[in-house]
Amino acid sequence: MATDHYSLWSVLRESLTGHKTWKPAWRAAAPKPSYDAIIVGGGGHGLATAYYLAKRYGVTNVAVVEKGWIGSGNVGRNTTIVRSNYLLPGNIPFYEASMKLWEGLEQDLNYNAMVSQRGVLNLYHSDTQRDAYARRGNAMRLHGVNSELLDRDAVRDMYPWFNYDDARFPIQGGLLQKRGGTVRHDAVAWGYARAADRLGVDIIENAEVTGFKIENGRATGVETTRGSILAKKIGLACAGNSSRVASMAGLKLPIESHVLQAFVSEGIKPFIDGVVTFGAGHFYVSQSDKGGLVFGGDIDGYNSYAQRGNLPVVEDVLEGGMALMPRIGRVRLLRSWGGIMDMSMDGSPIIDKTQIDGLYLNAGWCYGGFKATPASGLCFAHLIARDEPHEVGRAYRLDRFRTGHMIDEKGMGNQPNLH
Amino acid sequence: MRINCPFCGERSLDEFVIQGDASLTRPDPAAPDAAAAFYTYGYERANVAGAHKELWYHSAGCHAWLVVSRDTRSHEIASVTLAKNVALARAKASTGGV
Repeated sequence: MATDHYSLWSVLRESLTGHKTWKPAWRAAAPKPSYDAIIVGGGGHGLATAYYLAKRYGVTNVAVVEKGWIGSGNVGRNTTIVRSNYLLPGNIPFYEASMKLWEGLEQDLNYNAMVSQRGVLNLYHSDTQRDAYARRGNAMRLHGVNSELLDRDAVRDMYPWFNYDDARFPIQGGLLQKRGGTVRHDAVAWGYARAADRLGVDIIENAEVTGFKIENGRATGVETTRGSILAKKIGLACAGNSSRVASMAGLKLPIESHVLQAFVSEGIKPFIDGVVTFGAGHFYVSQSDKGGLVFGGDIDGYNSYAQRGNLPVVEDVLEGGMALMPRIGRVRLLRSWGGIMDMSMDGSPIIDKTQIDGLYLNAGWCYGGFKATPASGLCFAHLIARDEPHEVGRAYRLDRFRTGHMIDEKGMGNQPNLH
Repeated sequence: MRINCPFCGERSLDEFVIQGDASLTRPDPAAPDAAAAFYTYGYERANVAGAHKELWYHSAGCHAWLVVSRDTRSHEIASVTLAKNVALARAKASTGGV
């Protein structure tokens, strides 16, 4: 008999028999002729959507079609940070809903996603920045999300070895969200895939969507490299490739695709136990369980589908790191890579219907999509199943740019490379 | 990625600032459909994977505005033209060469 449920007992039992009867985490499904719903994109958001469709909304005749292998996009390429320290009303309830789903995710999925609430600390370096962080912390508290504004001494107690005496950008304190942290990114894709598969969802890999069947303004199916598949409802969760896929249905989105680079150092001994961001530049860092420092900074700033960036941003990120923690100066960089970010025009995402009946859009996650994965899946599943937005995702409308209801967290306007 | 500025020659990317898609033209604010046209101009993007024309500003160099034709899949730059010349050619085309 194949072992399915993951537990201490199943590990012990399998270890006595040479680990020969583990059930595959998901089936290699072949496409059926038709489904109640198809999700295009087998990343974190697409797999989470399929899972919540089956689990919470009872829609089990679902396929996830993925052009490569599941988790081959941004869910496997990010810096694994989760947090809900947002400022604006449309955002805080959504990201807090996501945070709560992260907290129960492993039990829900029966999968070890290494959810680690190690704390997210955003440093401030001036009086003005302290005021801005106090405002953000207060906005969080008004929405029932705990936050702590720390002064310089409190930060020094946590991390005595930061560079506090930087003449240009002295650390004056920080805003701490203790419930924030990191999650093993690949395991999120695999855990959702496995749990969705167990509920009857077909996960169809190596099936690239090449077109849509649209009849009388209604989407009725997709053409893929593994044949045509009919569906009553189609959800797009294509991240950086959203514009390309949507253009096959004749849609033009308020999105530009940009490259974001991330980095990991060689493995070192335990060095930094939380997530820390440098507020005077753009640098965020945590340490993986393997010992590598995982860090990143700004997007490169130009449109790109290349999944790699250029050296000026590498230099900029590393300068931020050195300003904050000079002792990393002799640590060697192990790897750097790039992902394609679907940068929306106000820096906030879109979870909405489109002009085409039966075609739904989940896009515009900029470079903050990973932390949103569970709530994004839940809200998108709600929208697809019920044809109305979920309570915490109702601000993420596609037409908000036309109606003037932007959610511009950074106040940058319609310049997507600045969000 | 290095940009070959017509005035300064091939220069490092960090001397330049990108403004965005160069194929957009600012609509006429007096036109009857101005609100819809400004929405399209301000927010909708073709966001192509492939040949892309974009505006770059040589901020740490000669301060020229450039139209760079670049492949967004490979970052390969096909051509760099002065934005002024592109605008003049566009104006000439729209007025029938007058």
